[in-house]
Parts: sequence; structure tokens; C-alpha cells
Amino acid sequence: MSEDFAVPEKSGAEILIDTLIEQGVDTVFGYPGGAVLPIYDALFQHKKIRHVLVRHEAGAAHAAEGYARSTGKPGVVLVTSGPGATNAVTGIADAFLDSIPLIVLTGQVATNLIGTDAFQEADTVGITRHCSKHNYLVKDPADLASTVREAFAIATKGRPGPVVIDIPKNVQVATAATDVKRPTSSRFSPAGEADYAEINRAVELLANAKAPILYTGGGIINSGPEASAALRELAELCGAPVTSTLMGLGAYPASGDAWLGMLGMHGTYEANMAMNQCDVMLCLGARFDDRVTGRLDAFSPDSIKIHIDIDRSSINKTVRVDLPIVADVGAAMRQMVEVWKGRKYKAAALNDWWARIKGWRAVDCLSYPGSTQEIMPQYAIERLFAATKDKAPIITTEVGQHQMWAAQHFHFDAPNKWLTSGGLGTMGYGLPAAVGAQMGNPDALVIDIAGEASIQMNIQEMATATQYRLPVKVFILNNEWMGMVRQWQELTYESRFSESYSDSLPDFVALAEAYGWKGIRCSDPAKLDDAIAEMLAYDGPVMFDCRVHKTSNCFPMIPSGAAHTDMILHSDEVSGTMDDEAKALV
Amino acid sequence: MHIKQELTERHVLTLTVDNEAGTLARIAGMFTSRGYNIDSLTVADISEDHTTSRITIVTRGPPPVIDQIIAQCERLIPVHKVTDLTEAGPHVERELALVKVRGTGDQRVEAMRLADIYRARVIDATVNSFIFEITGGPDKIDTFVALMREVGLVEVGRTGIVGLMRGAEGS
Repeated sequence: MSEDFAVPEKSGAEILIDTLIEQGVDTVFGYPGGAVLPIYDALFQHKKIRHVLVRHEAGAAHAAEGYARSTGKPGVVLVTSGPGATNAVTGIADAFLDSIPLIVLTGQVATNLIGTDAFQEADTVGITRHCSKHNYLVKDPADLASTVREAFAIATKGRPGPVVIDIPKNVQVATAATDVKRPTSSRFSPAGEADYAEINRAVELLANAKAPILYTGGGIINSGPEASAALRELAELCGAPVTSTLMGLGAYPASGDAWLGMLGMHGTYEANMAMNQCDVMLCLGARFDDRVTGRLDAFSPDSIKIHIDIDRSSINKTVRVDLPIVADVGAAMRQMVEVWKGRKYKAAALNDWWARIKGWRAVDCLSYPGSTQEIMPQYAIERLFAATKDKAPIITTEVGQHQMWAAQHFHFDAPNKWLTSGGLGTMGYGLPAAVGAQMGNPDALVIDIAGEASIQMNIQEMATATQYRLPVKVFILNNEWMGMVRQWQELTYESRFSESYSDSLPDFVALAEAYGWKGIRCSDPAKLDDAIAEMLAYDGPVMFDCRVHKTSNCFPMIPSGAAHTDMILHSDEVSGTMDDEAKALV
Repeated sequence: MHIKQELTERHVLTLTVDNEAGTLARIAGMFTSRGYNIDSLTVADISEDHTTSRITIVTRGPPPVIDQIIAQCERLIPVHKVTDLTEAGPHVERELALVKVRGTGDQRVEAMRLADIYRARVIDATVNSFIFEITGGPDKIDTFVALMREVGLVEVGRTGIVGLMRGAEGS
């Protein structure tokens, strides 16, 4: 093209920022470095995008996850090449397993240096290929806009997930015509509505069931708030009990009559028994994860299983189902409601089924020994819930015992309020996720329920909260142990506590103050409510060091390799050993 | 405790994919990362505008694993279509091999005779060597290569399998 007819050109960095704005991005979590300096310079000149400077790239990815999970919008991450990208990998893998939409922009060395072991070079597309939904290396600024558009479509549509775009530094600097409109690719077409023949069959099975159960998962949260509304309506119509995976908490209200609590390894007795004994199981946007099923050959042996999932690869992966339906779970539930009403089905007489459930509920599996001397960790969560439930808080967690206690004793009535690392189980997720959630929901009460070990994995993000005046609360259940590791060692390795003691802990109150936070410590159950009130009353970030009973175990528990019917309800049922077959299971 | 082995089936899968950087790595790496086997893999551009490639993968696994492999392939963004030729019905499979043998006298005559029986063509010859080109199903090639071992095999190159459905319809 001759100069006379040249259309206006922009640098790759400017094209990138323009396309992000076009895609509705207003917040980016990142950390600058050599290979992204041109993008940071373009950001400096565009004030439409808020950049949140984290203190470690893992924090950027988790913060973007927290932002995405709590707002329903994709989270955007911007990091440099080499260590910037590799530090973000844990967050990318986390988002991949939990189906969280992220766009991760990584700098790369200039195209002529790729493959030369240049300074801060890493094969980012190679490293992230199998822990992202898709990834790109962009070699021409003319391809940037179309790549970013396709990346947003891939990240957010179908089963959401992280998409990585690796952009060499010279591609950020080089210019290209800005009116290049490449055809948007049609190669990505996620499932939408279900086939009505399948929906009719599913409704018929559900309407004729004598012991039905709705087994719900994170797919309902990902499908959007309308999906949660459809679930409530469907549950109301069919009268079946509802349980959920860790990722699906909040889709059905915990205050609802049909709620059985969470299922799985640390789920409730009633949820696991009902899963085992049901005659029709309707799995809605969940994936028969090994934490949920326990021993596969004993998993709900006599039920007809219907599985609705947007990702065909989730169907029949571990558990064979009788009626697979590949569809958006929200759309499919709306179709089921429509068919149910259209055919004027009546909820079956489920009195016998509910009577059995009542019997299982009477076991009161979440009860725990009380204490007036020490704060029991479950009690701490209960009091925190009681003090905050009217404020509809957003709760994030780290990973371990505190996470399971939070799932058991904190109750959610709405979706997008519970942000936890379910699939990857990433310690250090909660604090940056809280930062991201607070950025996306400035007026919400955001609390990270943490353990004293996990919180140290991304504790540097305290500074991020300070910098952006984010009033996040970190509520640490401090038992001086990596509690879940200690629990497994007690239960399966005859109490050989190998490296699980949290030695040399910092003084969390002093640490809080060092970062400009408020620090609170409490070890007396009688003073707990006042201390929580003090935390909630403070208009800024608070780190709460809640000293709890040190050797409490998280029950109920389905031991590794056991069936749903073999739950351990109390610690006196624990043998302390396990055979090799069970040890080999995670 | 010992690791249990499962009974497996052999399946030939064909994939229509975008012809772009990283596609092969994405597919081959997915097999590795999820613990699936690849017996052979062939890939070549098949479209006039060079935008599409066809990959033929021979894999092995219990039937539920084969289902998962297909679903996991379909989940990859550059993969447009996956066909399980083994499930789809009658199909043909062909593989090409180049086989070099060295020898003189009776051995050389015998190699030539066997090649003739197996309809292998000579594509290079010296006074003491041949390169044969042979196409066929994997069994035929296995047998031919085994015979050539007896008469001075030097080396073999094999393409891996390509396959198509029988009949007028495309897969």
C-alpha cells in the first residue's frame, strides 16, 4: 500500500488497550516488567482502565478470579514475560479447573529473540497450553484485535476458562492499520439449549421418581443468576431435595426447605446418604469429581442418573450416566420448568423419601464438641456467619480445614458470594481473591476466611488492599497447624506429624499494623462476638487472628477410597491407619 | 499394592483441525497430559487454501477412555471434527514404509523375491542394497519388515496410518 492511501496506524499496545475497552474491560490486575513496558505506557495514557498493582503475579491471577467469580465478568491479568508469566501459572491452572473466565496478557521477548534463551524468556504458550482453555502467541499487531476478541468469546462462552495471549515486545511497539476487520472466527460454538426430546425424558423421570435428588454444581453459578432462579423454581416444582458441590454453594439458598447441605468428602451425612439412596439423580452443572463421588463402584448404585453439562467431556468421564444432556444448565432448567408446567405434572408424593431424609438429618452431623475455654473453629465460623448474614457478604477462602468448616457452617443464599479454590485447591487464593472481589464490588463486605498457614502464601497482597483502600477482612482460624495435613496424618499415618506444624508464625496483629491494617486477636469464646463486631465496625482492612482449638478435625468425612455410606462422623471412629489402596487415592 | 492394567481396544481417529502454529503440540500434549496412548500420528495440510489439516491418530484404551479421548479432542478450540473410524464402520487404513536392505548373492535375490510377493517397489538400488517402498495395512508392513530382517534389513521409515471411510460419504 502506498503512503498516500495508508489508513491511520496504531501500535500493538494501543490496539490492545482499545480492544480491551471495546470488550468492556474497566479493571486489570497486573505487575509491570521489561516485556510489557509498551503496554504499561499505553495504559498510562488511557484513563478508562483501572490498573490494580498486585505484589506478586500469582496474586494478579487470583485477584482476577475473585473479580470474575463475584461479578460474572471476565477477569483480566497483565504480567511480564518469563517469571511474570510463570508466577501467574498457578492462578491460570486454578481458573482452568474451576472454570473461571480470565484473559491473561503476558509480555514476551521480541519475536527475533524467541528461542534464544533471551533475558526473561519462557515458553509461555508451551507452559500454559494444558492449563488454559486456549492460548495464543501473537506475532503481528494486525492480528491483535481479532485475537483479543476471540479470546474474550472463548473465555466467557460455553464452559468458561482462562485464555492466555502472549505478546512479544516488538509486536507491542510495531504499528498496524487499525481498521483491519478480520472475519470473526466461527470455530467456537458452545452448547445452548437442550434437545426437547431429552428434556421431556428428564422431566418424566423426575416426575415419576420416588426418591429424587438435585445434585448441583458450579456450572449453575457460571450460567448466571437466571440459572440460580431456574433451579429454585425447578426444585419448588418437583419437591426434590437439593445438594451442591463446593463450587455450587449459593445457587440454591441454604435457608431453603429442600437444602441438604454440601455433599462429598466433607459434606453432610444427609446429602451423602440421599445421594447414595436416591432413585433419580439430576446432576446440574457438576462433574462427579472424586471429592464428591468417593469410591466409584459404590457411588449411588441404584439410581438413574441424568447429567446436564455444557462440556461434553464432563459426561461419562468417571461415572456412567443414563441420560446425558449437553446444554447450558440454566437454559436446560428453564426448559424443564416449561415442560413441567406445560404438561401439568404434579410433584410426586415424596413423603417417605423426606421421612428418611429427616432421619439422616437427625444425626446432626455438623455438631461438634463445645468449649468454654477455647474457641472451637466451627463456633468461630458460626459466630462470623451470625454477625454478617444480613450484610450478604462475599466470602473467599484459602484451602484446608478452615475452607471446609466455612463451607459447612457459613450459609449462602445467593450465587457469586462464595469464592473458593475447589478444583486445584490453591493455598494463597483467598486474600488476592478478596482483593479482586472488593475491586469489583466496592460496597460489599468481603471476608477471607483463612488458615494461618495458607494466608502466608500470598500475604504480600495485604499491601495491595492498603494501596487501593480496600476494606477487606481476613479472618484467620489460627490453630498453628496445617490443619488438613495434620488431620490426614492423624487419620492415615498414625499421627506421624511430618512437617505439618506451623512453626515461627508471625505476630499477625503486628503484621497487620505494619501494613497499615487493623489487627485484632481473640482467643476467648466469650469475647468472640465483640471482637467480630469490632472487625466489622472498622472502615478499613482488618486482619483477625482467631486463636482456635488446635487439634480439631473436620468432620463428617468420607475417608479416601470409602463409599458415601462409610462416613466418619466423629473422631472416636477413626482408626489411624489406612491400607495402601486408600493411601494411593489423594 | 500393584498397579492394575486394563484391557484396551485399538481405535483410529481422524481430526479436522485448523492449520496453525501449536495445534499439533496441543493435541499431542493433551494425550500426554491426560495419560492417553498414541500408537501413531500423521498430520498434513489437506485444504486448497492451506487452512485445514487432517490428523490421523491411532490410540488404545478401554471403551470409556476412547469416549473421553474423543470428547477431550473436541474440546480443543482448533479441532473442528473428530471421527472414530473404528466405530464408524467399514474403512480403509494404509501406511507407507521405506525399507532399506543390504546384501549380495542369494540374500539379495531373496529380498527381491519377497518384495515382489508383497508388491513392494524398488525406489533405490546399488550393487549391494535396495530401498523398497511398500504400502498397506500395519499388519502387512509388520510382516514384510520382519521378513526383511532375515535378509539384511538396515533401516525402516514408516509414515503411520491414514484412513478413510469406505463408500461415497465423507466422514
